[in-house]
Amino acid sequence: MAGRDVKTVRGRVGLYVTAFGFAVFCGFPFLWAGFTMFRQDSDLYSTQHNPFEYSKPATLEHVTSLFTDTPYLRFILNSVVIGLVVVAITLVLALPAAYALARLSGRWGVPLAIGIFAVYLVPPTLLFLPLSRIVVLLGLQDSIWSLILVYPGFTIPLSVWLLVGFFRSVPRDVEEQAQVDGYSKVGALVRTVLPLIVPGIFTVVVFTFTLTMQDFIYALAFISSSSQMTVSVGVPTNLIRGDVLYWQSLMASAMIVAIPVALIYNLFLNRFIQGFTLGAVKG
Amino acid sequence: MSSPAGTLEATRETGQGPSGGGRWSYFFERDRVLGPLMLSPAILYLVLVVGYPLLLAFFYAFSDVTVGSNKFDFVGLKTFKAAISDPTFKTALAHSFEITVISQVLVVVLCTILAFVLAADFHGKWFLRFLVLLPWTTPVALGAIIWLWMVDSIFTPFDWFAAKLGVIPDGGHLVLLGHAGTAMGTVIAVQTWRMLPLATVIVLAGLSSIPRDVEEQAQVDGAGFWRRLFSIQLPLLAPVILVAILFGVVFTFTDMAVIFILTGGGPGTATQVLPSWAFYKGINGGNLSVGAADALFMFPVLLGLSAVVLKLAHRIGGE
Amino acid sequence: MAIVQTQELRKEFGHNTAVDGINLKTEEGEYLVLLGPSGCGKTTLLRLLAGLEQPTGGDVLIGGEVVTRLPPRARKIAMVFQSYALYPHKTVRKNITFPLAAAGVPKDEWHSKVDWASDVLGIGRLLDRKPRQLSGGERQRVALARALVREPQVFLFDEPLSNLDAKLRTTARDELKEFQKRMGVTTVYVTHDQVEAMGLGDRVAVLNNGQIQQLGTPEDVYVDPANTFVATFVGAPPMNLLHVRDEVIGFRPENLLPLETVGEREGQMVCEFEITRVENLGSDRYVYGSIPKLDPEARVIAKLPSTLDVPVSPGARERYAVDGSKLRWFHRDTGQRVEPPPSGLPQGADR
Repeated sequence: MAGRDVKTVRGRVGLYVTAFGFAVFCGFPFLWAGFTMFRQDSDLYSTQHNPFEYSKPATLEHVTSLFTDTPYLRFILNSVVIGLVVVAITLVLALPAAYALARLSGRWGVPLAIGIFAVYLVPPTLLFLPLSRIVVLLGLQDSIWSLILVYPGFTIPLSVWLLVGFFRSVPRDVEEQAQVDGYSKVGALVRTVLPLIVPGIFTVVVFTFTLTMQDFIYALAFISSSSQMTVSVGVPTNLIRGDVLYWQSLMASAMIVAIPVALIYNLFLNRFIQGFTLGAVKG
Repeated sequence: MSSPAGTLEATRETGQGPSGGGRWSYFFERDRVLGPLMLSPAILYLVLVVGYPLLLAFFYAFSDVTVGSNKFDFVGLKTFKAAISDPTFKTALAHSFEITVISQVLVVVLCTILAFVLAADFHGKWFLRFLVLLPWTTPVALGAIIWLWMVDSIFTPFDWFAAKLGVIPDGGHLVLLGHAGTAMGTVIAVQTWRMLPLATVIVLAGLSSIPRDVEEQAQVDGAGFWRRLFSIQLPLLAPVILVAILFGVVFTFTDMAVIFILTGGGPGTATQVLPSWAFYKGINGGNLSVGAADALFMFPVLLGLSAVVLKLAHRIGGE
Repeated sequence: MAIVQTQELRKEFGHNTAVDGINLKTEEGEYLVLLGPSGCGKTTLLRLLAGLEQPTGGDVLIGGEVVTRLPPRARKIAMVFQSYALYPHKTVRKNITFPLAAAGVPKDEWHSKVDWASDVLGIGRLLDRKPRQLSGGERQRVALARALVREPQVFLFDEPLSNLDAKLRTTARDELKEFQKRMGVTTVYVTHDQVEAMGLGDRVAVLNNGQIQQLGTPEDVYVDPANTFVATFVGAPPMNLLHVRDEVIGFRPENLLPLETVGEREGQMVCEFEITRVENLGSDRYVYGSIPKLDPEARVIAKLPSTLDVPVSPGARERYAVDGSKLRWFHRDTGQRVEPPPSGLPQGADR
């Protein structure tokens, strides 16, 4: 991404003002959440004073109680396990598929690529009904394995899309050279192409992993025991007990997940854009 | 030809086969064989985990299956009729469209502006990118919870802002989620807020693929900022923006988490949308067939929209 | 070393026929150049020889064996791409041993083979560097070492000099030719640069539209072109072609000389050369003009060596001559080479 220079004073002022506006729009909810996390109950639940001031000193009690009094840690663990296994399944299936689409496909390459992409657009809110029955039939209800089975349904299309882009960025002649030098197509792929797209694979790992954490409806539909819940569904269902909401802990639970993920995304964003762009050229 | 002691001949496999043919191991290398071989595991998985359930959803909608029973009788359009005749169905459908259209129009305009901002160089750009990514990277449900607190009827900071602006009396409450209009507005705001980052990233990708020399040519040709924007950059970005719209519409139209957590469809049914309605009927209500019928109405919309967008994008010459 | 042969080789991409029934046979140890403009099919032909493409019809034979259905690794060939395709993530040494690993050569033999190959090409001191640290010329040598180390029966080159800058190209060309002479391996070399082709090839195959227009030594192809395409593609500036009566007459620019220099001779074609422009290039002068009495529309170029001290100025009309033995006739419609017509040389072109 080339940075463009905005040279006029008026332009630069406009730029900063607009940037600030977006910063507020996107960030204010998190600012408020972070602000809330450390407030004592008596401070938080009083309407007497300016909500933007701490009338009592900040406290970590709600954050720690999140870990000690709730299954939050369990939720995180489940999400991580699910994420890792799904990433593994996705890579095993998506890498060869993406290579085939990038290099080996003929006339049916484009319609097939569009087809795989279209799968990504089939909504979970439609599929969850039949899938919940299938999950019961397979005996996987109320288990994280139901999610592990179902999530690749949307992580594979996205990964294939990105990986096609990364494969395309490797010049063909390095691969062909390896074939002439004595390797089969697959051998050449493994020895010359894969090492060159390792950063791309990391990107796919990051985005696939976080995508699995996004899901709400499948986890809600398939899982009822809190020991098997993911962060996404465990927090709303477990931490909101009846009418009593532990707001500071709730905010903490969201921030703990949101901040690190956004940081990592920010690091990988340029590569994501590269893969996305290259995957889009010629469908 | 001079060569070192010991040639490669002895160690190399000879590729001889019957004249005109090859050995069996080379069969798998041919593109026609290798390609499908590498594609089939992924395709098979998708067929099983997405294709098959999709078919089942169609069957359910034409049957009378419920959660408890195992019976599965074909009842034609009876289920659809039952689903449509429910008064909430129509409101839910209307709300789905309303929320999606308004929020995505906002997203398109905002994301284009934001993409240009992020393409420029300035201090704090990395931090802005971080903030912009937050709404997207936060799981939907958790983001909704953050908003739930932020618009809480008693403790929302917006009460303080509104009081300072004189919109409500001092100490008064907006109760944003309590009134149909503002509840709708809040839902639209949340959907805009969480889809903006993805759309921005997509448009950023499009921006970065506009060749630099096209822009420089426009500058040399004398085009000012606005003319460059509207005659050169936006037309070149059109296919990418269409893709961003497609993603945004699909993810907003089919989302149920925001409604579920933020409003529960309320007040009353003022913010009920199709996917969350399908969830209530299907899981809470136990009536899988009606739930499926409800959810299926999303399908023609999605299919039609994807077809239109992809055709448009193709014609404009991007994708 | 082995003979490379094709039989009725065809390759179609959809509606486009890239290689149209080519029959080719190299000599053993020869340096054969495939020359032609972009899109003529030369690279496709090379890739068919390598096994990187499968033909739509016909066969490829290497060393007497039919290899048409075999993948590249089974053909005992080596190939050098235009970009040299060095493995960027490996050192030079590892680049060179890569084919040895693929062939299953035992590791204790690698060292001697690498030493030998790097000696031949003089890259011993580069062995531990990575490709991005090498200059263009060094990369070529590494690519050659890698190609050499597997002792192939055929070398295939796909325009390897195109990425080098002009100055480097001449020395690189010299090194390549030296290298091939020493190794004596049959080589097929693709280029669009006819100077390169003439300088490197033992024989040159001129291609256009997927077909061989002419196959012969550089001298054959230059002096006796088989058709107008070869006549104009080979040689810079191209052969002058004039439409006279029902025929096409051709002669090379260096054969069009002032009459006063060559003197009157039997069998000469004398004409009035109307000069429009002169380019002085140091070693030669290019004189642009036309011969109105023969073919007013044809652009004619005369190439005078700088050693020839004859005044030439734009706007002048001089009498120039071409020796009879240097004239070539082509068919007006097909462009194929034909015998001189019985009517003999065109007369009166200088009056």
